[in-house]
Amino acid sequence: MSALLVIDRLRVRYDTRDVLRALSLEVARGELVALMGPSGVGKTTALRAIAALQPFAEGQIVVDGFALAPGPVPPESRLVVLRRRVGLVFQAHALFEHLTALDNVTLAMRYVLGKRRPEAEAVATKLLSELDVGTRAGAWPRQLSGGEAQRVSIARALACDPALLLMDEPTAALDPARRTALGATLRRLCEQGRGLLVSTHDAEFARAHADRVVSLSPS
Amino acid sequence: MIAALALCLAAVQRPAQPVLVWGGDAEGGAPFVEADPADPSRVRGFDVEVAERIARGLGGDRRAQFLQVQWSNIDQSVERGDFTLGLSGVEDTPARRARHAVTLPYFEFREVLAVRPADTAGIHGLADLRGRRVATLGSTIAYDLLMQARDSTGVLPISYDDDVHPYGDLVSGRVDAVLLDHIIAQRALRRRGGSGFVILDQPVAIGHYVGVLAHSNAILRDSIDAVLREAMHDGSLEQIFRRWNVWDDTQRTFFERVLQTSERAGGVASTTPVQALAYLPSLARAAVVTLLVSILSMALAVVVGLALASGRVYGSTLVRVGTTIYIEIIRGTPLLLQLFVIYYGLAGVVRLPAFLAAVLALGLNYAAYEAEIYRGALEAVPRIQLEAARTLGLSELQILRLVRGPQALRYALAPMTNDFVALLKDSALVSVITVVELTKETAIYATNVGSWVVPGALCAVVYLAMSLPLSRLARRLERRWKTP
Repeated sequence: MSALLVIDRLRVRYDTRDVLRALSLEVARGELVALMGPSGVGKTTALRAIAALQPFAEGQIVVDGFALAPGPVPPESRLVVLRRRVGLVFQAHALFEHLTALDNVTLAMRYVLGKRRPEAEAVATKLLSELDVGTRAGAWPRQLSGGEAQRVSIARALACDPALLLMDEPTAALDPARRTALGATLRRLCEQGRGLLVSTHDAEFARAHADRVVSLSPS
Repeated sequence: MIAALALCLAAVQRPAQPVLVWGGDAEGGAPFVEADPADPSRVRGFDVEVAERIARGLGGDRRAQFLQVQWSNIDQSVERGDFTLGLSGVEDTPARRARHAVTLPYFEFREVLAVRPADTAGIHGLADLRGRRVATLGSTIAYDLLMQARDSTGVLPISYDDDVHPYGDLVSGRVDAVLLDHIIAQRALRRRGGSGFVILDQPVAIGHYVGVLAHSNAILRDSIDAVLREAMHDGSLEQIFRRWNVWDDTQRTFFERVLQTSERAGGVASTTPVQALAYLPSLARAAVVTLLVSILSMALAVVVGLALASGRVYGSTLVRVGTTIYIEIIRGTPLLLQLFVIYYGLAGVVRLPAFLAAVLALGLNYAAYEAEIYRGALEAVPRIQLEAARTLGLSELQILRLVRGPQALRYALAPMTNDFVALLKDSALVSVITVVELTKETAIYATNVGSWVVPGALCAVVYLAMSLPLSRLARRLERRWKTP
């Protein structure tokens, strides 16, 4: 298996404090890797660094051949390749409040990929259906339950068909039945050839669904 | 301390010399009433001396005490009892006679036209000014004459709040003629060293200055009339006018006429409903001006405000500092001052038409407030929404257009509506640069009918009719945009 994501000795500092020190990991295509550790250990920070929302001090991040170097986050114009390869699902979902579920998913297809509206809507409808929220396409984010919002958020992240999907604490607000369903969904995404890096402090979920577990311990 | 207080009280309680409190506007200046250059706490002018002569004539060692009042408010103030006698180039009009107790006329003035020297060959009267801009002081006989001339010969009346700027604007070409009292015209010409414009010989009309008292004060008025007659007889009035260089032969014949007849000049007329109705078209026109000024200013304010807010949120340090300085200067200085600077201050560089200057001043002023609203709204959009947009690959501009802007607009809508309603009312200020809008037209209307009740109520109704639908529209938009 070829590595889709390679993180090499990543070090992130907030002011004078190290949030992450020498994190190294790899995610291959078709592989689901769980990033484990207690709260505050830097799981979210690691995902944000990979998604180029967060500068890092040392180390290197390479996504499918695209390398991020230490220092300030580059301007968006230099991140076009990375953005097409990495999708991120926020723990708080962060759906656009002024758009319906469907429009949340079509936005990037229309304005980044340049798809026409009917085409984008067809893809979005299919994605939402596959994630079991096809009937909620016309709903506003505030009308969605936590689980529904999460699945719409996954659909939005998948809209531009990224090879690597990052998920921040996806099980945090789910009941056991939903957690199992989510595991199945993620597995299906792996089978499509994507790499998944999922941060969680839920050991049971990690054991049940992840191919590999990377544990972070407080530094 | 207590002793000092007691002393003050004693001073207040001591029976004072009887006074005749009279009201006038020192902003009107010489030769009527002006602040004494030697002692600005005192006033001087022929009206000041006429008031002193009247006070003396009323006997009992009376002295005249001046009270400053805005010229256009003299009638209302005298009726309220702020002072006993209004005297400051107050004109003898039928409406004034109907509403108040008016003294004998004590001075005869001519309404004269002033034009630029190059125009003297072609302009001999109002009839030659079809389609030309003719300036005057609002709420005067001259203004009424111009309004009549607008309907009959098609001149374009321009109303000013003062009698100095019309002549400046005549010289600079903003207006084509000025119609005002000959004293005012001569004074303006003297100030310009006798050049810049020419006063036409042939008067457009003749008018008289009178004193005005409250309607209920007719007995005192009769006493004052007796004093005025005496002053015409004994030559003291002539001396006053000579001292102020406003005496000429027409006054002599005018005095003789007054003394021959015991009747007061000028007919008595009242404001009939027909006259009141005649103002409705003017009010409607003025309301349209208010609405136009407000809409255009707001459009400008929104565009400039967006640019300023973007500069503050997205700009380089230099741009941020520049926009901040602009916003603070505009917010920190009075709108009235900005209006004057743009209209009169810039006149040397660019001579803006009054309407354009009004829209510019209001628009640029409100832009500063809009900018702060938009900046606040942009910064209120949660950062995670912007990060989510970035991870999708949208460019900064797309994020602003598709995510941050639409969300910020919802936060901005309520304060924006607020501002527009405020602007609608602030637009009344532009009358100081000759744009006759709703409030100004109402003031003219009120002065002419001698009461604020009907004009004020009408004006309020029109303002409400414009602002209430706006608030409704904003609430509807807010409801529609508010996702459940």
